[in-house]
Amino acid sequence: MNLSLLIWVPLATALAVALSGGWKQARIIALSGAVVQLLLAAYFLWAFVEARNAGNGSLMLLESSRPWFAPLHINFHIGVDGISMAMVMLTAFVVLAGVLVSWSESYRSREFFFLLTFLAAGAYGFFISLDLFTLFFFLELAVIPKFLLIGIWGSGKRQYSALKLALMLMGGSALVFVGILAIYFNTRTGQGFHSFDILEVARQGLPPSVQKFFFPFIFTGFGIFGALFPFHTWVPDGHSSAPTAASMFLAGISMKLGGYGCLRVATWLMPLAAHDYSGIIVALSVIAILYGAFATMMQTDLKYINAYSSVSHCGFVLLGIGMLTQTSLSGAVLQMVSHGLMTALFFASIGMIYSRTHTRILSRMGGLLKVMPFISTVFVIAGLCSLGLPGLSGFAAEVTVLMGSWQNPDTWYRLATILACCSIVVTAVYILRAVGQTIMGPVPEKNDFILQDASWNEKWAAGILVFGILIVGVTPFLLTKLTGPGTELIMQQVEKAISIK
Amino acid sequence: MLKDIFLMMNHELSLGLVLLMLLLLKVSGKVLSIDGMLRLVNGLLLLNLAAGLLPGDEGYLFHDMFHSNSLVSLEKNILNLGTLIISLQAYPWLSRHEHPEEFYFLLLSTLLGMFFMISSNNLLMFYLGLELSTIPLAALANFDLDKRQSSEAALKFIISSAFSSGLLLLGISLVYGTTGSLGFAEIVQKLDDSPLQLFAFILLLAGFGFKISVVPFHLWTADVYEGSPVVVTSYLSVISKGSIFFVLVPVLFTVFKPLADSWYHMLVILSVLTMIIGNLFALRQDSIKRMLAFSSITQVGFILVGVSGSSQTGAAAVVYFVLVYIFSNLGAFGVVALVSAFTGKEKIEDYNGLYSTNPFLSWVLAISLFSLAGIPPTAGFFGKFFLLMAGAEQGNYALITVAALNMIVSLYYYLRIIRAVFMEKSPGPIPPLTIPVLSRFGLLLCAIGIALFGLWGWIYHYIYSLSSPF
Repeated sequence: MNLSLLIWVPLATALAVALSGGWKQARIIALSGAVVQLLLAAYFLWAFVEARNAGNGSLMLLESSRPWFAPLHINFHIGVDGISMAMVMLTAFVVLAGVLVSWSESYRSREFFFLLTFLAAGAYGFFISLDLFTLFFFLELAVIPKFLLIGIWGSGKRQYSALKLALMLMGGSALVFVGILAIYFNTRTGQGFHSFDILEVARQGLPPSVQKFFFPFIFTGFGIFGALFPFHTWVPDGHSSAPTAASMFLAGISMKLGGYGCLRVATWLMPLAAHDYSGIIVALSVIAILYGAFATMMQTDLKYINAYSSVSHCGFVLLGIGMLTQTSLSGAVLQMVSHGLMTALFFASIGMIYSRTHTRILSRMGGLLKVMPFISTVFVIAGLCSLGLPGLSGFAAEVTVLMGSWQNPDTWYRLATILACCSIVVTAVYILRAVGQTIMGPVPEKNDFILQDASWNEKWAAGILVFGILIVGVTPFLLTKLTGPGTELIMQQVEKAISIK
Repeated sequence: MLKDIFLMMNHELSLGLVLLMLLLLKVSGKVLSIDGMLRLVNGLLLLNLAAGLLPGDEGYLFHDMFHSNSLVSLEKNILNLGTLIISLQAYPWLSRHEHPEEFYFLLLSTLLGMFFMISSNNLLMFYLGLELSTIPLAALANFDLDKRQSSEAALKFIISSAFSSGLLLLGISLVYGTTGSLGFAEIVQKLDDSPLQLFAFILLLAGFGFKISVVPFHLWTADVYEGSPVVVTSYLSVISKGSIFFVLVPVLFTVFKPLADSWYHMLVILSVLTMIIGNLFALRQDSIKRMLAFSSITQVGFILVGVSGSSQTGAAAVVYFVLVYIFSNLGAFGVVALVSAFTGKEKIEDYNGLYSTNPFLSWVLAISLFSLAGIPPTAGFFGKFFLLMAGAEQGNYALITVAALNMIVSLYYYLRIIRAVFMEKSPGPIPPLTIPVLSRFGLLLCAIGIALFGLWGWIYHYIYSLSSPF
């Protein structure tokens, strides 16, 4: 089976949703599409592991390439390594859960599921692209559906948030655009052509001056997607205004586009610059981690709590990339997967609570554990994962990042690591406070609404994500083994660049 | 000789035939109802488009005054297609107009002028074609006969055109004075960067600048666009500009190649100014027509970035972008034209809640605007990407950064319309419109073009293979 099915299946699903008769039909199509995507992703994972076990050591597996714009040497080149495979699996999980959570969305639901599925196609395409043009294409493809999802189905100041998100993300992609053009024109293949091909660029290496000048473009561009401080401001507004499924996609998948891009394009293709700029990256990510954590403490709205804590958690991704050790890089990948699952679960449970209580303000809630045990339990699991409880994914990921960071012997980097560690305490404070106020204590008397526990679709959605969290949490070595060769390769590239210098 | 004329001038001849039939139709009195007439003309234009697709011949005619090759044929086909789409979209407006035959007569005359202009191989021929394509346009701008604004637009247009023609003529005479020739092939051999020649070139460029409304020669644009009937506005902003670009690129790339160092810097400055000023004005507009007018100025700035690339990729990117731009801008203008013809509303806030009443129109408008903004997977994304990529070939990344940031600014005002259409709620949205079949067909053509011509790499490949290297 060709890897491009990962793009075609969601696209076909989106088309079928658009042509479907009514909303009940639309959601069934969307759900079956999401299930097929998960099965496909699982199949490709299996094929990937089989091939690796059989000793296939090439950089990318399941590769295929066909010319797209031949005169410019732009190819539709796709393939996966361990890192992309992990991201694809994450996407498949979150997409399925997101569709399940939105099962009862009845306002313009055909359009809703169309956009969700379209967004998924963009994410899959991005993660499997091996050509910078295709990669950029899919990066931008995933922006406008978010704008529409937030603006049409969102709550609160949805229009403002949607516009802010769209403009900031497109601003990021504009920077990426300048960067990839520079990469293109500074690459020459054997036949004397320029090339967008990631493998080709990595093989040749870019001149140091080009790296030095254009690394900030690419890293900042992708960084905006991944909530790099000070460009994180779209995150709280966007997440809190978005409908539940869109929040899940946004935090679970879209922010990972940024982290993945920083790793795959910025660090891999410009290793020397990544090394030179690592101090700035580390400083910014530590600021994001601490600032995010402290800002979360001040929030009273559950969605804002999770949104700001996402800034903090995504800071760990960038910290891992900035530290440039083998362990910290694989920690960064682990954190991307972990945060994707965890935050999707968090938003899902907040969405379930909100749809019943019609408020997300902490002080107006209480005692939910008594009336809605399932939802409350899910909420607690998400909270504990965010807090870093051993056995759940958050712990494994953040410990790996911090361990990797400590391996960097520079004093200032050690200091940064210590500061990042401190944020865990703050995280514990806000998570325990939020969870305690929401689910413990007496049920407020004014509650005249009916608090029903989760319906079947919500149970499934939560179950899928909890399953993922547990897998990553209990057996993180499976994931690190999967992503190991990919991160090793990036590290080799960095070391080679430094040694030449 | 006669066979050559038939093969090389196939576009001009078939268009001339259509014009002749229109004339006969007019003088024979009212044999057809307005409705029947409009259908007939659209049918003829479709035939004309099909006739243009037949293979022609390459070569020179009339003592090298006129030339034709595959690229020129392709460009004429693109203009034919655009004119057909505009004519389809004009249906609801023209069916209530008293003089539809005259409208088409003027419209097709300008198209004929553009054909001669694109095929010109001599400055005189070029000037002739240009004037033929400009003067009837002024009459068209005045075609909302009972609106004062419309005649104001026509007056502004004719004055600014006359002025720019004056500049062009002065430039042409100076070129003639310094090189002793008007033929493209001879001029290029005698250009030597002397100050007088440079001055002549600047005059020519300013003349071009007026026609494609490059800042600082753009001042007429917004008023003319706003006052003219929507159909004429879309024709002005797409077909008329596109045809000038089709001439500008070969003139710069081949005739004035010896001055390339000078005009590169001029183009860079002009394009930066055009993008920024166009955007700044577009941001502040409340009328959707004015906003589209200023946004089309910005688009010209982007095209100039591609032209400044001075390469085969640049030449191909410009033609490709114009093709894509025809679909995108005509899609947007088509919806505006329909809404305007039925309700007379042209403000952005009038579009609030359009989606709840007119989903088809809303989607066409959205796709077109996304394409104008350069959002994938629409064709506009590829068009913009290739333009800026061609510009980057010169290594001027500052220009590319400015252009990329301007794309974000332009995204803001396109999204404003999307927001009004999909997100705002309105107490009295535009009522559900019954879209005439012809208009619907025109809009569908645009949507299909936007969806197909980007993703399908063959189109670009074809255009690239025809473009000549710098």
